[in-house]
Amino acid sequence: MNDANPDRDTHNGRDVNKGRDPIIKFDKVVKRFGDHVVLDELDFEVKRGEKVTIIGPSGSGKSTVLRILMTLEEINDGVVYVGGQPLWHQWRREQLIPASEQHLRQMRSQLGMVFQQFNLFPHMTVLRNLTEAPVQVGGVAKAEARKRGMELLEMVGLADQANKYPHQLSGGQQQRVGIARALAMRPKIMLFDEPTSALDPELVGEVLNVIRTLADEHDLTMLLVTHEMHFARQVSDRICFFDKGRIKEQGTPEEIFTAPKEERTRAFLKAVLDPDD
Amino acid sequence: MEWTSYLAPLSQGAWVTVQLTVYSTILGGLFAFLFGLGKLSHNPLVKGFSVAYIEIFRGTSLLVQLFWIYFALPLIGQAIGIDLRFPPVAAGVAALALNIGAYGAEVVRGAVQAVPKEQYEAATALNFTSRKRLWRITLPQAIPEMMPTFGNLAVQNLKDTALVSLISLGDMAFRAEQIRNFTQDSVTVYTLVLFMYFGMALVVTAIMKLLERYVGRWRAAGR
Repeated sequence: MNDANPDRDTHNGRDVNKGRDPIIKFDKVVKRFGDHVVLDELDFEVKRGEKVTIIGPSGSGKSTVLRILMTLEEINDGVVYVGGQPLWHQWRREQLIPASEQHLRQMRSQLGMVFQQFNLFPHMTVLRNLTEAPVQVGGVAKAEARKRGMELLEMVGLADQANKYPHQLSGGQQQRVGIARALAMRPKIMLFDEPTSALDPELVGEVLNVIRTLADEHDLTMLLVTHEMHFARQVSDRICFFDKGRIKEQGTPEEIFTAPKEERTRAFLKAVLDPDD
Repeated sequence: MEWTSYLAPLSQGAWVTVQLTVYSTILGGLFAFLFGLGKLSHNPLVKGFSVAYIEIFRGTSLLVQLFWIYFALPLIGQAIGIDLRFPPVAAGVAALALNIGAYGAEVVRGAVQAVPKEQYEAATALNFTSRKRLWRITLPQAIPEMMPTFGNLAVQNLKDTALVSLISLGDMAFRAEQIRNFTQDSVTVYTLVLFMYFGMALVVTAIMKLLERYVGRWRAAGR
């Protein structure tokens, strides 16, 4: 991986072309639920360190892209690569065969996911939510995991809530814990699946602020599905507009929000940006 | 004869009843988890065996199971040359535990399946192995859900112990029968026994309630 790219193309003060090789690559990926085609031979790439937002109407396959990457959803055809390695396949004698659980576990360690409904573990305290996976899965010593857990809680502004249980927190606080929990496993890629959609409007800001802080980290690759267009415009290097299981249009936030080329993109943006018209 | 003189033999029987209840409930709980999780297994052999166990022991009478283990099994053992004679206590505990375990297994299966699939996904995203996912995420959330039904099953089990008197085990029901045969004082004896079973049931219920509160203590935090 070559991170020193001479063609500096900056947006939001960051280097867009951080690596030549994509850290994520979808190669003609097909995903069907019964007869319904969710992803239709999707080609899609994300560069190392890139912050990409996926927008589009519901049912366009946005969340499915994230769920496939997190190995929560299998693919029907095509190949997904993460860090240059096939995710749902593995090589054997120059042939791609379906991935074993061992391979999936190895690949998963590079990814972290934040869910729409937070999905915190209700039977564990906030701090335990953050330390359980590092200790049980990552083999990190308890004391070290707690130290790192407290640092992360500090970062999301919830150090004083460490010993509470998730149900004692507000939705916005729970989602900040959700972000910290994913970060505790030190992923290279963070997936955000509509992280603010389940929140009361007044709690959205605190979660977006945390995500914004993360977006400033150069090494972290971020893939975000959201309906917060204003926010997407601020933090993204690139916006992908999904429609019917394909990328209908993509470009920098300026290109997409100020001068969309496709009629479908224009119609969608008009509908979400001025819902009163 | 004074009714107080019944108390000594009845207490002896009560002690046997308590032991039977405790042993068979614990063993039955073990069976419940073993076969309830077995029924959810992807291994067809484990799954098939668990389903067969659950259906057989739920679908036949406890009394017949008890007689089968105590009277039929030794004869089968004799025919194939293995000693399968069990002391009445062992046969009683085994029959009660196998029976209550079959009902409990369905409770375990139901509660495990009722844990939201989002929890499973969150655990997968954090790269838990399937075993750790079960022990660390699924079961701690499923067990509090099982407890109210387990409480019912434990009380049921206590009352079912009365059947073991039929394989001449000296439990409370057996002692009551002995006293009645001797004194013909049915009203007093059975009224006493009624209250003693009821008292024990209250104790079992209280213990199960405490246990329920203990395994679900995270749910009450801050409330």
